[in-house]
Amino acid sequence: MAVYEHDVLVVGAGLAGMRATLAAHQKGANVAMITKVHPVRSHSNAAQGGINAALTSRGDSWEDHAQATVKGSDYLGDQDAIEVMCQEAGDAIIELEHMGVIFNRDETGHLGTRRFGGQEVARTFFVADITGAAILQVLYEQVLKAQVRVYEEWFVTSLVMADGECRGVVALELMTGQLHLIKAKAVVLCTGGTGRIYEPTTNGLVVTGDGLALAYRVGAPLLDMEMVQYHPTTLKGNGVLITEAARGEGAYLLNAKGERFMEKYAPKLMELASRDVVSRAEQTEINEGRGVDGCVLLDLRHLGKEVIETKLGYINEVAMDFLGINLAEEPIPVRPGHHYQMGGIKTNVLGATSIPGLYAAGECAGVSVHGANRLGANSLLDTLIFGRRSGEAATAHAKEQSPKEVPESVLEADGALIRSFLERKPKGDSWARVRLEMGETMNQYMAVFRNEEGMKAALNKVCELKERYPRLAVQDKGQVFNTNLLFTLELGFMLDIAETICVSGLARKESRGAHYRGDIPRRDDVNWLKHTVVSWTPEGTQMDFAPVTITRWQPQERRY
Amino acid sequence: MQVTLQVRRFNPEAPRAQPYEQEFTLDVPGYFTVLDTLIKVREEMDPTLTLRCSCRASICGSCAMRVNGHAKLVCKTKLTSVMDAQGKVRVAPVGNMPVVKDLVVDMKPFWDKVRGVDPWLQPQGPEPKDEYLAPNEAMVHLTGVMMCIMCGACVSDCTVLEVDSNFLGPAALAKAYRFVGDPRDGAAKGRLGKLSEYGGIWDCTRCYECVQVCPKGVAPMERIMALRDKAIVAGFDKAIGARHTIAFGEIVGHSGRLDELRLVPKTFGMFNPLHLPNLLGMIPVGLRALRRRKLPPIRHKSIPGVENVRRIFKKVEAGQ
Repeated sequence: MAVYEHDVLVVGAGLAGMRATLAAHQKGANVAMITKVHPVRSHSNAAQGGINAALTSRGDSWEDHAQATVKGSDYLGDQDAIEVMCQEAGDAIIELEHMGVIFNRDETGHLGTRRFGGQEVARTFFVADITGAAILQVLYEQVLKAQVRVYEEWFVTSLVMADGECRGVVALELMTGQLHLIKAKAVVLCTGGTGRIYEPTTNGLVVTGDGLALAYRVGAPLLDMEMVQYHPTTLKGNGVLITEAARGEGAYLLNAKGERFMEKYAPKLMELASRDVVSRAEQTEINEGRGVDGCVLLDLRHLGKEVIETKLGYINEVAMDFLGINLAEEPIPVRPGHHYQMGGIKTNVLGATSIPGLYAAGECAGVSVHGANRLGANSLLDTLIFGRRSGEAATAHAKEQSPKEVPESVLEADGALIRSFLERKPKGDSWARVRLEMGETMNQYMAVFRNEEGMKAALNKVCELKERYPRLAVQDKGQVFNTNLLFTLELGFMLDIAETICVSGLARKESRGAHYRGDIPRRDDVNWLKHTVVSWTPEGTQMDFAPVTITRWQPQERRY
Repeated sequence: MQVTLQVRRFNPEAPRAQPYEQEFTLDVPGYFTVLDTLIKVREEMDPTLTLRCSCRASICGSCAMRVNGHAKLVCKTKLTSVMDAQGKVRVAPVGNMPVVKDLVVDMKPFWDKVRGVDPWLQPQGPEPKDEYLAPNEAMVHLTGVMMCIMCGACVSDCTVLEVDSNFLGPAALAKAYRFVGDPRDGAAKGRLGKLSEYGGIWDCTRCYECVQVCPKGVAPMERIMALRDKAIVAGFDKAIGARHTIAFGEIVGHSGRLDELRLVPKTFGMFNPLHLPNLLGMIPVGLRALRRRKLPPIRHKSIPGVENVRRIFKKVEAGQ
């Protein structure tokens, strides 16, 4: 059997993964990227509105960006990490521009900006409403130019450990159904979010929390997993994302009476308050009977046809495709929907986890720059800054390591698991049913409004599903491109992570950011200005807490 | 409503593996897309049904397939727009790429072509400290090409690729245009030279299929035509296609209509040994035309009012 070997192996090929890969390549590492889908299919392409940066060269202040991010995070973000991100943001934008991203310009030919939520300054750089896709394409171009090896459509089933260090991965090659060992002196997890744990979600079907589960299963702790973002504007029906840039360009949110209801909740920033605030406001309107068929209305009509077509063309296409609505003529029904995981694998500002040789960046990581609520257009920035940093740090680590023996027997456990799924006879239950029950449960109880009873119900349900999981059978018995097997393996990852979300939510006895408890509706800085940290043990989940790093912004009451 | 999906399936591991058609009849809500329906089949009826898909919102480019014979992105294709009177929809893998399993194809040929156009920005001169200055109109114009999600629908239905796998194809050429049209790129001349070679911009037959099937409005063929213009302006006027275009313009600009008898030698050149076989190859065509009395008159006459045509040509040239 072939054994593959690299200095640095990056798992995932979205923005964080490709940026980490390029950084490692530039630092001289033998780096490879492994991804379960072709790089340009990664879910970073769904990021629409833009990327935040304070360009200090034109007089903007990175401290102001950092302060907005800290406030947005409801003071749960680590301020040392936020300072790093906001300070390095300007260079990251210029670097992207030099690589070829076709950012929108102002009338002088310089980079143009638009406004985004939770901030009073327009510092969001953008490519129409396809910013994620436009950056993803350009990073892929750079990866092609660098001629980096890409293991395309390979699914990582577990991390390989030797003497407490991470030394590679076991992966399933989808085209052949073969399991492989890929050795590496450092592994960088950039696998993105956890969307499919929820139903519905704005996330694509490939977003299954793989990296979080891989790290969690080898003992890396997960930070603030209860912090799950509901995006204020997801489309009625299939829950597809409608960018915050719509409101950034000036769109209104209206209730059934035609009122701009944000007046009551955030008189200053109105529709551009932070996402947790807007989602809660919408859900309150809906719950109190001022919604329209379970939704509120997003009104873009006054923006005019030209702005809609040149700057918001993609959401116009989506509204037309799915609801037959022309944004210039009619408001669209939207509602809060699952969108983003603020928490993640606990790392430092170099992307290092608690396990030597294991790094993480992007949505799967908890650095933590987003704390209890992420600002719009900070996620792309997060992927680029910490993707680069983790790629560099992994390279430095790899250069200090000597080769280590990794027995090929590490393939046996995953091989046995796969065989058990393939050999079992189907008994009626299916991966799809278990996933749907998980998703609907999470969306019912671990959503915009939570309480003790609901979170307990969610945890009980997830535990029941975890018991059903090992009895599932894979009906497709083939080797070639067996997606039935792939989805079943992903489901195992998701169930582990769903449990950490419930457990962390139950642990936090306050309301902060996206974690709003109807039974404890106050933020409690005295007892709860701290991170939840959940770890895997053979006996079950273990809950710890970690202090929040505060450098210069003391917690204050949050008003928008 | 009730729908019947007729899916072309292929299991490479079956004994004597052959593609076959399978029908799935199910009840779905009226707003369902073809992708929603395929996912429902996969999750509730037959978990072995294999396809690629992810975002469900026409941005990841995973789910191009042939629906009723034409390439479409199935996530943005409503069932009601493609069902026949009996409620039936035919789904098959995209064309011009080898099928791996069911609706999954091997996209290696697609990506090899994209790689073939050196798809990365090549600025020249020292890098500025800040951003490159560029007019917003240029960036907005390129956004139209950057809408390409690399789904392969255009390549699937490209009628040239069907007979000549050397053709770079619509997606790769649109990608090439994205760089040639970028004011920051300094390698346009080299790119246009390479694109003027065999398999490049002059091999498109302008059938419009790619424009028709592109789910993102990229209009690859129009980008190819723009590349042709830029190539000729940049001095790459020796390719047969370029000579044909120039000769066409010259003749019409002179007499107001086409003179096929002059077009052929002007395109291939009277004494060009390289194209002599091409020129001789036209003789049987000429003889056949003669036999059927379709040969154009030996003495080519200008149309009445030709001076108006000439004036139009002058105006266009002055505009350039």
